[in-house]
Amino acid sequence: MSLDTATAPRVIARRRRTPAERVKSAVWHLALLAVLVVVLYPAFWVLTATIKPNADIITDISPIPTSFTWDHFASAFDGMAGVPLWRFFWNSFVIAALSVVGILASCSITAYALGRLEFPGRKAMFAVVIATLLLPGQVMLIPQYLIFSEMDVVNTIFPLVIGKFLGLDAFFVFMYVQFLRGIPRELDQAATIDGAGHFRIFFSIMLPLLRPAIVTSSIFTFIWSWNDFMGPLIYLHDINKFPLPRLLQSYNNTEAVSNYGGMMAMTLLSLVPVVLFFLVFQKFLIKGIATSGVKG
Amino acid sequence: MSASPSTTAPPAAKGAGARPAPGDRGAAKRRSPISRRGERLVGYTFMTPWIIGSIVFTVGPMLWSLYLSFTDYHLILGGEFIGLDNYTAMFADPMFARAVKVTLVYVLLAVPLKLVASLLVAMLLTQSRRGIGFYRAAFYMPSLIAMSVGIAIVWKALFSTGGPQDQFMSWFGWDGGGFIGNPDVSIIMLVLLSVWTFGAPMVIFMAGLLQVPGELYEAAEVDGAGKWHRFVHITIPMLSPVIFFNVLMETVHAFQLFGPAFIIGGTAGGPAWSTLFYTVRIYALAFVDLRMGYASAWAWMLVLAVGVVTLIMFRAAKNLVYYAGEDNK
Repeated sequence: MSLDTATAPRVIARRRRTPAERVKSAVWHLALLAVLVVVLYPAFWVLTATIKPNADIITDISPIPTSFTWDHFASAFDGMAGVPLWRFFWNSFVIAALSVVGILASCSITAYALGRLEFPGRKAMFAVVIATLLLPGQVMLIPQYLIFSEMDVVNTIFPLVIGKFLGLDAFFVFMYVQFLRGIPRELDQAATIDGAGHFRIFFSIMLPLLRPAIVTSSIFTFIWSWNDFMGPLIYLHDINKFPLPRLLQSYNNTEAVSNYGGMMAMTLLSLVPVVLFFLVFQKFLIKGIATSGVKG
Repeated sequence: MSASPSTTAPPAAKGAGARPAPGDRGAAKRRSPISRRGERLVGYTFMTPWIIGSIVFTVGPMLWSLYLSFTDYHLILGGEFIGLDNYTAMFADPMFARAVKVTLVYVLLAVPLKLVASLLVAMLLTQSRRGIGFYRAAFYMPSLIAMSVGIAIVWKALFSTGGPQDQFMSWFGWDGGGFIGNPDVSIIMLVLLSVWTFGAPMVIFMAGLLQVPGELYEAAEVDGAGKWHRFVHITIPMLSPVIFFNVLMETVHAFQLFGPAFIIGGTAGGPAWSTLFYTVRIYALAFVDLRMGYASAWAWMLVLAVGVVTLIMFRAAKNLVYYAGEDNK
């Protein structure tokens, strides 16, 4: 399936365009540009809000600043309550990086067992994965909290990442299973005949072939854990351990009134890694969501 | 399923698969019992983390929260079994009615608006013209940041009194101020935030639209079918599995909206409970009031509601979703 419409089968060989076609094309671009303006407005608004004086930020409907200041970034870098901003970035990064590693390690082996091996109970386990895909996570929240506080790990990042190391992220397990099922059976059979065991097959055949799924899941995991708010809200209470979403929420509650620009600068900076990630990997991301979506 | 393996199976797979392997054909059948046992062993070994994790952190907690929902457990005071009292108390609780109303209004507005927008733009973007990659990427980007705390804060600013939305609407004679202070319309902020992320279902719609065979449209055009007819009789039926998938996922997610609602409305769902989302109330009950038994009953009610809605959708899909290559009658 080609997602790149430029090569879609419906393209007619290039020829000189008639005036009617030119008008149609202009209307098409105008319609999409209108959508584009609406979609990008909030992004541009916050981008320029960071360099407007505090008094102008809210009252400016136009994203184009009339006067400038760089003070907001300076106050954003100062962070909050004596903890500098880079510290919150680091905390966010550690959680995101651990999540990526955890998903990669656990989902690949779980999905290999569920998608390509046969053993009693496999179907029931796969059904549990599918069920958790649709299940509202809130229902497990309270007992999980009680378990983690019994384990004495509240106020650490352990509760935020442990599920990822155990393959409990149903979405990615499902994605990997779908992907593995697309790999021809003959491959394992040939390897078996050559004397390879399941561990060999997994590590030297499946893992390399899984690369596109691994890349997609890693990007999504990074972005989602970077944005995650509920987990840190429940489990992290020490400001030194806060990831960015918790910082923004606390700042918004306490200091935003007096320093709106600092808040906006912090907000913008917190979004930069996600947007950068997106710009670098957008082809992968869009392909990933399209295929896992359609295949679901 | 219809997505061909061309994107999923890398070229290496084809090369190795085509390699002549004489014993290949019967290999599966002739596998010895030892390798079967080996497969089991490897299977369970690979499943071990998941099995432990599921028992300790998902399946176990689910059963535990079901039990908690029949108790008046309080994090500090403890609690005991009280039967169905939580559930009857819930229906007498004015907060329950408010939270259900806010959540339902949100689901019923946000899901259809977002999906209609995403389908319309997807159809525009599957015409082959220049610049599609750019538009697609630009429209998709909000989906990645919309659920972040940062964007919720931006939203608060955009919809504050005297802010951009207030000014914009005053050009058209609106004097209701910013949406954020107005309980009649504050929910619209969250609906618009959801519609803003139309890019994610749009990408899925685009993939689906590209799978519709062009011959169908050509044949219909020859038969004199107009644009609207082609849309209703070809696009919609051929796309129905994708529509179903999007409706299901968006609905299930909409019921569980938390982050932006929490930032915009706080635990009280202000102003005047108008953004008191169901999940926000669960959080407040469990982690502010520490009434974990009662909160568990709320959570189970959500599971029931989402379960019933999902079931109804799957039932409806049996009649409404068309799968190419299957006899639907």
